[in-house]
Amino acid sequence: MAKTITHAEAAEAFLKDADRTQWHDETLWHVRTKRDTAAQKLPEWEQLRENASKVKEYVLSHLDELLVTFEKNAKANGIEVLWAKDAAEHNQHVYEILQKHSVQNIVKSKSILTEECGLNHFLEDKGFDVVDTDLGERIIQFNKQVPSHIVMPAIHLKKKEIGDIFHTHLGTQQGADDPNYLTEAARNHLREKFINANAAITGVNFGIVESGGFVVCTNEGNADMGTHLADVHIACMGIEKLIPRKADLGVYLRLLARSATGQSITNYSSHFHRPRSGKKMYLILVDNGRTEQLGREHFRNSLKCIRCGACMNTCPIYRRSSGFSYNATVPGPIGSILSPGMDLKKHSTLPFASTLCGSCSDVCPVKINIHEQLYQWRQVVTEAGHDSAAKKWAMKIGGKVMGSPSLYDFLGKSARSALKLTPKKLVYSRVNTWGKSRDLPEPPKESFKEWYRKNRKP
Amino acid sequence: MSSKNEMLDKIAKNKPPKNTLPELLSFGSGERKEWLEQFSASSALNGGTTIVVKSWEEIESYLKSKFDLDKQTVSLSPDLNGNLDIASILDPHDLEKVELAILEGTYGVAENAAIWMPEEKLAHRALPFIAQHLVVVLESKNLLPDMHEAYRKIDVAASDYGVFIAGPSKTADIEQSLVIGAHGPRSMTVFILDL
Amino acid sequence: MKVALFVPCYVEQFYPEVGIATLELLEKYGVQVEYPLEQTCCGQPMANSGYQRFGDDASRVFMENFGDYEYVVAPSGSCTLHVKEHVLGESEVKVYELCEFLTDILKVEDVGVSFPFKVGIHASCHGLRGLRLAKSSEIVGDDFNKPRTLLEKVKDIQLVELQRKDECCGFGGTFAVSEEAISVRMGMDRLADHEDSGVEVITSADMSCLMHLQGLSKRNQHPVKIMHIAQILNGAKPS
Ligand code: SF4
Repeated sequence: MAKTITHAEAAEAFLKDADRTQWHDETLWHVRTKRDTAAQKLPEWEQLRENASKVKEYVLSHLDELLVTFEKNAKANGIEVLWAKDAAEHNQHVYEILQKHSVQNIVKSKSILTEECGLNHFLEDKGFDVVDTDLGERIIQFNKQVPSHIVMPAIHLKKKEIGDIFHTHLGTQQGADDPNYLTEAARNHLREKFINANAAITGVNFGIVESGGFVVCTNEGNADMGTHLADVHIACMGIEKLIPRKADLGVYLRLLARSATGQSITNYSSHFHRPRSGKKMYLILVDNGRTEQLGREHFRNSLKCIRCGACMNTCPIYRRSSGFSYNATVPGPIGSILSPGMDLKKHSTLPFASTLCGSCSDVCPVKINIHEQLYQWRQVVTEAGHDSAAKKWAMKIGGKVMGSPSLYDFLGKSARSALKLTPKKLVYSRVNTWGKSRDLPEPPKESFKEWYRKNRKP
Repeated sequence: MSSKNEMLDKIAKNKPPKNTLPELLSFGSGERKEWLEQFSASSALNGGTTIVVKSWEEIESYLKSKFDLDKQTVSLSPDLNGNLDIASILDPHDLEKVELAILEGTYGVAENAAIWMPEEKLAHRALPFIAQHLVVVLESKNLLPDMHEAYRKIDVAASDYGVFIAGPSKTADIEQSLVIGAHGPRSMTVFILDL
Repeated sequence: MKVALFVPCYVEQFYPEVGIATLELLEKYGVQVEYPLEQTCCGQPMANSGYQRFGDDASRVFMENFGDYEYVVAPSGSCTLHVKEHVLGESEVKVYELCEFLTDILKVEDVGVSFPFKVGIHASCHGLRGLRLAKSSEIVGDDFNKPRTLLEKVKDIQLVELQRKDECCGFGGTFAVSEEAISVRMGMDRLADHEDSGVEVITSADMSCLMHLQGLSKRNQHPVKIMHIAQILNGAKPS
């Protein structure tokens, strides 16, 4: 099996293009500052976060009962509810629905869950035409890429590159990169797709237990364009997306868009409770590793996530390495605590792709302790042996030294004099990664302890 | 065992100890006279336009000046005229050529300019999305301060479908540049009827 | 008042002047400072690398040295946080980072020193978001900033506003080595922010971040000087 690329390797490759790194960092930082402005306007912000976090805690601790009630209420509304324990079953459900209704043309709005399940590929292999209708998603679909960000899927691309993609796929003028012009071309192209679609697939932002309905948020209105024209609506939902009461939406809708982009709300917040008369509405409840994550005490809170993307925008590492460096459906801080639960070996470097600065935890609208979970995953990764033997050895030695005051004093002194005596060329040899781009501190003539013995303690 | 039972069993086994559900939040609603200003400001930020009017005539003359009313216009407001009889439309695909949709809103939320549009006010769910331009008329007495009040006031499950519309269809997916008119309306104008 | 001084391993070995400044500063405020001689390290380097279990001996040594004191003070937000979260356990010992000890316990009003330079504060993340030495920019609420409050009492000092007031410098312990490329880039970006704002001296409550920034600035021959906040408060001048 090919060795999976580590986050550090991928980041290093991205960083080679210093200008693009700066552009990427600044673009996302700009979104983060818009979020700050929006949040700072609400003195009750921290109360909202606390409430949102607590409500999700309630949901997680009652998840089985709530799912049963939710299903019952949704069914009473005329929504067909299906359960899928994994990605394969989810895809199979979708496939069977499409077959049953003889669907050929599918429009799909943004759903990270369907990315996670690899739905597009699955359906394309079966001969369906699946059109992603979110502009960003359509761009990367043309470009045969996956989203590099969960809210802004094409944030890694410059408009010039998008112009080229559209020139190839939509016949826009060569070299044209005006966002208005390009968006207009996509609009015309996608209108036709909407008109001809027989089925619309959407994600779900919130499933309302109390009323058996669900909410989908977009700015473009693409989820609505799809579902209101097609005969079949398939909504795909992770089981953690529940909220108990309709009125809980007040808190979540206030937090979601502000955290994501700094808007006070997305321009469309659509509440689906019953299908149009004579039409079909399906809801697929997906597990795919969630019930397992629920059982991991240190990590279950990651299921509170409402996918706002704020932790990505704020993450100094994400901003300088881009979403692809994480090699996972969900990149960034939240991805780094979700992905190891799906495949620990493959994602073993992600918990280390952080300085544990904690900005993600402070920005998160549902107060997930992301950086603490990163710390915990690190312990799990090394326990499972998915770490280099050299590092483990160094850490073990380090631990021994720190556990022995005399050894510590002795080695400290030796290291300082060695540093002084060793020629600079050797100190900055290839094995010294620290010294590749940084100088080491000048070794002092004495340690603090030595000074202290001389100057304070007899 | 069915997937459903399998999932439920696993949850029962794995879920944390029971927590209590916190009370719903509610905040001081501020001054009613500020709501109108807040609404207008939010609506502008969302890419829309809000105009406060005193009469239906004012709306009518504004529409005449801004829109080509000879193109397909649907009005669901008894006080404003359109030229397409919505009752004649059975299939939403036939709304494809609608230039302007004029709707009556129920409640508007000051903090974010979202207007609750239940299905009954849309005739077709697709209408406010497929139209090239959208106009919504809202009475100033139906302004609410924030989303908490909105959910207290509105039973969102009472309609088969309903949507908070806060502005025109927009995107920033190309280098974060704001573009209005991604798929749906290229403009949204809200008339607040302050009688 | 009696206080035990905890001097983190890298300060002990490489930056004794920071330990000395901390000690003298505390003494200046009338604190009786003891430095337990058998101390080593808090174990954070192992723990943050995923080997908390290999830090157990270090934790034991820490508790043997400090377990009987009421107050422990350290010139490092990061080590203080680690001790609080992973070493103390049930112990009653109160561990403080130097700045918060000065503002919250000693309630220092007058620092009596002058520092006529343009100073940029580097907000070390563990102190900022772990110990809440200041309100982080993500949080909504009343502003406060303990290191800044102290520096504002220094005569002739010019505190400089940054573009990004609390962005991480990219040190992150073993991250600095395991994710070398990005760590260096983050550090260079931080340096640039300070330098673009006209900063002459970068200071912080954490020497580890400063060691990283200093390593970068020296390698790239930047003129900006690096000093721990204890040194400034203790009246030192940039060398
Ligand atoms: S973890 Fe928090 S900040 Fe990150 S996407 Fe989820 S809700 Fe948003």
